[in-house]
Amino acid sequence: MNAADQKRLLREMTFFRRFEERAFEAYMEHKIGGFLHLYIGQEAVATGVLEMARRGHDYVITGYRDHVHAMKAGAPPREVMAELYGKETGSSRGRGGSMHIFDPNAKFMGGYALVGEPFPLAAGLALACKYKKTDQIAICFLGDGANNQGTFHETMNMASLWKLPVLFVCENNLYAIGTRIDRSTAVTDQYKRVCGYNIPSSQHDGQDIEIVMDSAKKAVDHVRSGKGPYFIEYLTYRLRGHSMSDKTAAYRSKEEEQQWQRRDPLKVYADKLKKAKVLTDDDIKEMEREIHEEIENEVIKFAENSPAPRVEELNKYVLDDNPDPRWIGPLQNTYQ
Amino acid sequence: MAEMYYWEAIRRAHDEELANDINVIVMGEDVGVVGGTYKATLGLYQKYGENRVIDTPISENSFCGIGIGASMAGLRPIVEIMSINFALLALDTLINAAAKIRYMSGGRVSCPMVMRTPGGTAHQLAAQHSARLARLFMSTSGLRVVTPRSPLDAYGMLKSAVRCNDPVIFIEHERMYNMREEVPDKEFFRPLEGAEVVRRGTDITLIGYNLSLQLCLEAAKRLEKDGVSAEVIDLRSLKPLDRETIRRSVEKTHRVLVAEEDEASVGVGSEIITTVIEECFFALDAQPMRIHAADVPVPYAENLEKAAIPDADDVYRGALSMLGRA
Repeated sequence: MNAADQKRLLREMTFFRRFEERAFEAYMEHKIGGFLHLYIGQEAVATGVLEMARRGHDYVITGYRDHVHAMKAGAPPREVMAELYGKETGSSRGRGGSMHIFDPNAKFMGGYALVGEPFPLAAGLALACKYKKTDQIAICFLGDGANNQGTFHETMNMASLWKLPVLFVCENNLYAIGTRIDRSTAVTDQYKRVCGYNIPSSQHDGQDIEIVMDSAKKAVDHVRSGKGPYFIEYLTYRLRGHSMSDKTAAYRSKEEEQQWQRRDPLKVYADKLKKAKVLTDDDIKEMEREIHEEIENEVIKFAENSPAPRVEELNKYVLDDNPDPRWIGPLQNTYQ
Repeated sequence: MAEMYYWEAIRRAHDEELANDINVIVMGEDVGVVGGTYKATLGLYQKYGENRVIDTPISENSFCGIGIGASMAGLRPIVEIMSINFALLALDTLINAAAKIRYMSGGRVSCPMVMRTPGGTAHQLAAQHSARLARLFMSTSGLRVVTPRSPLDAYGMLKSAVRCNDPVIFIEHERMYNMREEVPDKEFFRPLEGAEVVRRGTDITLIGYNLSLQLCLEAAKRLEKDGVSAEVIDLRSLKPLDRETIRRSVEKTHRVLVAEEDEASVGVGSEIITTVIEECFFALDAQPMRIHAADVPVPYAENLEKAAIPDADDVYRGALSMLGRA
């Protein structure tokens, strides 16, 4: 990989980190409501895998921790922030919020709160790609916790049986909210769980973006070549709580958190690039300054200045707002 | 014009829609090689191939989810669930996903798919094969719920359901598959929305949907012999509901009876009677009435099942008592 791409990737991951930290601040100021699940600590996975996909061409779908996946897929950051603010200019017009970012222009088909629900939706997107004989694939990101849902097993079976072009990315961050993986799951190596469905799989370090990219490339190529699904597991760590109210102390130790802090994907990559003399501390400072300005001047300002949805439009988008009367009617009765 | 069974009408709609639009696919348990438990897709696997008529494993929640995902990418899947009892397994993808995706994406993503299923009691199939459940889908924002009463409506409404851009829950009935009716040979569509006055009358309004509509029609014939003129309304669409047609009828007859095969609580009848109270309370000359199933899991024994499930006689007697003639 050339130095320009390496710098760009570090910048992207750093941007995603600062974006979410800024969202956290806005949440504390009550400008963002509901639940807010931050991806901090896992950025190398979504950034690295989607770097190997075709942006705006391949379908992407995930769970509720979805901001970074949406942005890397191509959703404009200011629209994602406006969605968190519940504004009409948001990715989902303020109707979805943090957990339900959608951007069909980027082929980002949503974040979902139901753990395990995106498995079959992803397989359905892949079924459509295969049916239409396009060279698109569907990429489904979910956590280790989702693999204990029935949809995991049902979907792996059908995806394999029908050789669907779908890549399942398991972000194993070791915890299902507050329950450590060995307390919820009999087989803790997630990549082993799909062998019963004849799906090829592998497990990799999720904190080093270049390792993520190398492994993802093989997986993406496999799926795009028509050989059927692939299941790839990344070992990663959520450095913050599950959501804003989660304090983590109840279920994991300070030592463990510190150990993973040292493997923070931003730090891992910055150290690597500095060592390779791709960039200096001054370059990083300058990059941080630019990101800060972009987030404040373009992202936050846009979200703050955008209008809220109109209450008069509460009932919009429930069903097709311009239905074809040939199919919908209503049926005409004549009264006596 | 030829007489057609209900199942044949459904099959014909599938056949024509598969031929009309390459984006239409069919999925479900035994819909392919076997041709459907109720023959609704008979021969279509042989005609259109395994990529368009897809036999699925017994995984209702996920094959509905696959249908929904495919619809988000431009296909128009018709997903069959063999019995509405099994649809309970698919409530996550149907209610949490299909019903909500258009709204929570701010109208940017839609799910044009149809979930077809027989709902209702057949003959001694016991509690786990006799669910009705229309009320469950009827209470969900973001879905269309339709209940065709006859072969003609089943054909025309399934074709409309496939072409409409919303998720449609299409509820058939096991005891109606062998019902026959004349269906025109030329292609036609029946709109998904709007209740229909299927019999005109002046003394009482009987309201039903799919099989319970047939009970209302039978009761109306008997009432006529007693000199009672009953108006019969087929709801056709449980969601959205045609409040206007109900109001106009009750304003004319001043009496309303709702027949449903389901248990009464929080049901279709509750909703219709509430609608009547909201729309035209002062037009009523008598307390509204619900004819409904007993509040029990459906029993196996023939006599118990008969006692649990309403029939045309129950509707007839209910109407007479409302008119003070029982």
